[in-house]
Amino acid sequence: MKIHEYQAKNILKEFNVPVPQGVVAFSKQEALKVAESTGYPCVIKAQIHAGGRGKGGGVKVVRTAAAASAAIDRIFGNPLITAQTGPLGKTVNRLLIEDAVDIRRELYVGIVIDRKTALPVIMASTEGGMEIEEVAKYTPEKIFKEYAIPGFGMQDFQFNRLVYELKLAGNTAKKGKIFLQSLYNVFRRTDASLVEINPLVITAKGEIIALDAKITFDDNALFRHPEYQKLRDYSEEEPSEIEASKYKLNYIRLDGNVGCMVNGAGLAMATMDIIKHYGGEPANFLDVGGIASSETVANGFRILLSDPNVKAVLINIFGGIVRCDRVAAGIVEALRSMEIKIPVIVRLEGTNAEEGRKILAESTLDFKIAQNFREAAQMAVAAVNN
Amino acid sequence: MSILINENTKVIVQGITGKEGAFHTSKMLEYGTRVVAGVTPDKGGLKSEQGLPIFNTVRDAVSETGANAGVIFVPPRFAADAILEACDAGLDLVVCISEGIPTQDMIKVKHIVDRSKTRLIGPNCPGIISPGKSKIGIMPGFIHKEGSVGIVSRSGTLTYEAVYQVTQLGLGQSTCVGIGGDPIIGTTFIDLLPLFAEDEQTEAVILIGEIGGTDEEEAAEYIKANFSKPVVAFIAGSTAPPGRRMGHAGAIIAGGKGTAQEKIAVLKSAGISVAENPAVIGTTLIEILR
Repeated sequence: MKIHEYQAKNILKEFNVPVPQGVVAFSKQEALKVAESTGYPCVIKAQIHAGGRGKGGGVKVVRTAAAASAAIDRIFGNPLITAQTGPLGKTVNRLLIEDAVDIRRELYVGIVIDRKTALPVIMASTEGGMEIEEVAKYTPEKIFKEYAIPGFGMQDFQFNRLVYELKLAGNTAKKGKIFLQSLYNVFRRTDASLVEINPLVITAKGEIIALDAKITFDDNALFRHPEYQKLRDYSEEEPSEIEASKYKLNYIRLDGNVGCMVNGAGLAMATMDIIKHYGGEPANFLDVGGIASSETVANGFRILLSDPNVKAVLINIFGGIVRCDRVAAGIVEALRSMEIKIPVIVRLEGTNAEEGRKILAESTLDFKIAQNFREAAQMAVAAVNN
Repeated sequence: MSILINENTKVIVQGITGKEGAFHTSKMLEYGTRVVAGVTPDKGGLKSEQGLPIFNTVRDAVSETGANAGVIFVPPRFAADAILEACDAGLDLVVCISEGIPTQDMIKVKHIVDRSKTRLIGPNCPGIISPGKSKIGIMPGFIHKEGSVGIVSRSGTLTYEAVYQVTQLGLGQSTCVGIGGDPIIGTTFIDLLPLFAEDEQTEAVILIGEIGGTDEEEAAEYIKANFSKPVVAFIAGSTAPPGRRMGHAGAIIAGGKGTAQEKIAVLKSAGISVAENPAVIGTTLIEILR
């Protein structure tokens, strides 16, 4: 689960990680009031779940009330387009207003789980403010990594090593070490899958501050953190995906026009791939899970059809424990009560597949029944191209 | 022969009294798996609906029944501890079906299990089957056929798809292992390939990967250097958008890394045949066996 910068900074504060003084505002009036009480210069930062906000024009340093008012007017309530938002951008409904910081150096620090070693890894770099992927690609020697010791976590000497790799000295080095230790605590205790500070800045006075902050939580661990569940901002998510999650359906909306409904995540991905392989574009990922009951199918269909781009639907079910005749009966029952004006292609395989196909063929509904996986994809692509 | 399991494998079920655990215990027994006991805390001394003895702890179950393998169906928040308990009781093999275990719990589990004699399969996986011998998991037994193809996969239903294609083409499977869709799993491709290499029954291997991580790349490297049996691979997720979790917790393109295109290129450069779409996994295998 992603959260906003200001929410991440509130968590950092709880763990004694220094952040700039700041207040979030939910309206233009409020933002202007906050800017006034913050004083000038201050920084106005658009709060959306996407990176690249600075380059996209969503971060502005203002020196006067007039400039603040202009910036707030321009950013608030409007879509902000960044490299990560897609062409339509994301509407800005929250602004963070912070004290301006006198920056001397910009560094980077990120903590993730390294899958290969199954260990938390701290990555630090002297190249703050840049995309870490870019640094990794062009100047990998400027990224320093420390892996936790299995069972015992990150050790003092490892924080020390990072601090000296970042070329901190004296009092700043001391503060840097405490900063990294505290940040590691955030990662561990919040069940984060990512904690990233970019940039981490050294001020003219030698203070260390998290100028930006990104925290992503491990969805599987959210049951341990009810306080973080409350931070979810539904306005940042695709409404149809929120709707799907209510029914425990795994749905991700894409740009194509062939809707897909599949049981199992791997098969659902493979179904998208084969649609593309035969020249079509998948409209979504939808895993209806192991039990494709009529209720699941009905909910899945409602969600698929809420996307106006969908011109045909491909149902691909591999019946294992769940029998295809049951699934077929479920599909018929679900679709009987819905008005469906687009072609529906069904491919059933596995347990009782033949009986399942028979149920579909004998129903009054107009299904296109595919005999195999390949044919199903070809029929779906043909249906949208007609 | 087969890998990991055979007709003598004695299995206990952790979470045997839960809905999933009970259902699949019956299915495993129907298939012929030697399920010998269940474990549910506080229900020790009772009998399961299949008539199997239930124990409070894995240690008790092992000492009373001589079981050497286990399968876990407990809810995700208790699953990590269930794996550790099975490992501590000295089981050779533990299959964890449960989906949704917190990653930090799995870090702990992974490092403890790796230092023990226990092999962990999963979590978030369909399990293992050696057709005609035993199945420890939730896959539909009847689509399988005893034969010569080893299958290892990060997915569930996509594995069934490959199994079905292989069976339809008249070949069968030696052992099929679903290794799980999580970012941290007990056993990965390169752990199983040496077992398939040694297994006389296995003449070829199908490897099914997906976006996220670098396990497929490591497998490619291993196969190129050490594995002489024919291999066909398929990688799911060529059309997956970056930064989104595609159902499985581990199926995510993060920071531009772990794309299907990247994995396919590495596999091909290692000389491995990659099925160009998921409908031709079986026929691609037939072609290279010719």
